[in-house]
Amino acid sequence: MYTTDLSGKDKNAAVAGVAEDPALIAAFEARVAADEFIEPKDWMPEAYRKTLVRQMSQHAHSEIVGMLPEGNWITRAPNLRRKAILLAKVQDEAGHGLYLYSAAETLGTSRDEMTEALLSGKAKYSTIFNYPTLTWADIGAIGWLVDGAAIMNQVPLQRTSYGPYARAMVRICKEESFHQRQGYEIMMHLAAGTDAQKRMAQDALNRWWWPSLMMFGPPDDKSPNTEQSMRWRIKRDTNDELRQKFVDITVPQAEAIGLTVPDAALKWNEERGAYDFGEVDWEEFYAVVKGEGPVAKERMQARQKAWDEGAWVREAARVHAEKRAAAKLAAE
Amino acid sequence: MDALATYALRLGDDSLILGQRLGEWCGHAPALEVDLSLTNVALDQVGQATHFLGLAGAIENAGRDADALAFRRDVMDFTNCLLVEQPNGDFAQTIARQFLFSHYQALLFEQMARVKDERFAAIAAKALKEVSYHATLASDWVVRLGDGTEESKARMVAGLDWMWRFADELFVMDDVDAAAIAAGAGVDKSALRAEWDARIDAVLADATLARPASRRPVLGGRAGHHSEHLGHLLSDMQFLQRAYPDATW
Ligand SMILES: [Fe+2]
Ligand SMILES: [Fe+2]
Ligand SMILES: [Fe+2]
Repeated sequence: MYTTDLSGKDKNAAVAGVAEDPALIAAFEARVAADEFIEPKDWMPEAYRKTLVRQMSQHAHSEIVGMLPEGNWITRAPNLRRKAILLAKVQDEAGHGLYLYSAAETLGTSRDEMTEALLSGKAKYSTIFNYPTLTWADIGAIGWLVDGAAIMNQVPLQRTSYGPYARAMVRICKEESFHQRQGYEIMMHLAAGTDAQKRMAQDALNRWWWPSLMMFGPPDDKSPNTEQSMRWRIKRDTNDELRQKFVDITVPQAEAIGLTVPDAALKWNEERGAYDFGEVDWEEFYAVVKGEGPVAKERMQARQKAWDEGAWVREAARVHAEKRAAAKLAAE
Repeated sequence: MDALATYALRLGDDSLILGQRLGEWCGHAPALEVDLSLTNVALDQVGQATHFLGLAGAIENAGRDADALAFRRDVMDFTNCLLVEQPNGDFAQTIARQFLFSHYQALLFEQMARVKDERFAAIAAKALKEVSYHATLASDWVVRLGDGTEESKARMVAGLDWMWRFADELFVMDDVDAAAIAAGAGVDKSALRAEWDARIDAVLADATLARPASRRPVLGGRAGHHSEHLGHLLSDMQFLQRAYPDATW
């Protein structure tokens, strides 16, 4: 998930050298337990702040890096309507990144610092965006599966304990469900199209299915921070719960348009009232987390290039604003 | 295609090709806010293209809709001005193109919003709000870059220098324009030139930039004689429609 803990280590355990007032901690925990919102000026444990900055900046980075695989098809969108929808969608993702960076900045870390952390590889982004978009059907698959998976995780975050994050999520979730429907609509159209289009659609599902399941993060028994994050209400369901929910909702959608989910073990379990499904290739997942995804280098190269080539523009804007401020002051 | 259809086609092609160019920036702009604003402009242009090309197809009445016109013509049938097909270059070059074109488009649509033919007037009236904003956006960046750092100024000068030779074409009048005016749909573009010059000069002055020297104009876009860049743009844009001619999307 955009917000899944990809840090690997147990970061919440303790923040070295900081002794926090037990009374403050108790009061904080009680407020969170009562589902109150924590606001930027409120006292919060350092570990909570750090976890939130990590999660929110990772979410923001995912929105921004996520613009690249879809941006790859803007110039080649097959008709004017699809081009406009895709432009608007990628623009929405930029907006999501912007709200999330702003929300994260309320915790005392600047957007530039977060960007530097992304470019240095210190900060992570969702593993899903390290896979290439090879055909137009991939644009459908991303909207349907990737935005679909994002919604599963983000709807509960509208009630997350940190106020600015929760409010950002409310705006974002509305748009993500649009994206999901638009993506599914592309797939539906392709699946009902020519043989070549059907093949494109099935191939996209084959390639995106497993990486989409990986988005929910490692299995619960390998997610050391889940318990703490759930207690802090910055996570509201476990990875496995969300993954199951995604499979249960998505499989009938695939069947409805005549596509086959690429999992031989997939079977409806009458007793559980849910689908049984095969094992995700966790080795692949951990490799992608480490930066070994098929197009990880291309993604980071593109972000680095935009950042480096934009430096003179950002600098010019800053210098110009200073000049104008100085001139205004002199005129007063 | 008759003159009125061609007139709509030219308007649609200008917007389409500029929208396509701006779409190339998406995800790669110098800052997130810039990414958002360039994409906004691209979306507006694609929307205008959809309306004008749809109108061209309707006037032609030969079964071609906006998509058929956008995706199933070759270079020599494209009628956009040379300015909009120019490569993005660096951000200053992109801004230079936008600056020259948006001021032209704003002046054009101010007039077109009042023409007798309601189809043209309606599209222009709606688009006028959009393109006025584009002109402001581009002007603000010309000023920021022109009166920013040494580097940004040098780049802004170079960007304007690249685009300047294509500015005259915007105002050239021909038979198609005359026919469109006679039909109550067209605008006398040559009459927009003085006001365009004044607006451009005012922004350049604010940006501490000199107006580029006049030079021999490069023309040909309206007659389908383009720069080398357009063919590549089309091969990218039209790829799916050409590779799968029997498919709908
Ligand atoms: Fe998003
Ligand atoms: Fe998202
Ligand atoms: Fe989305």
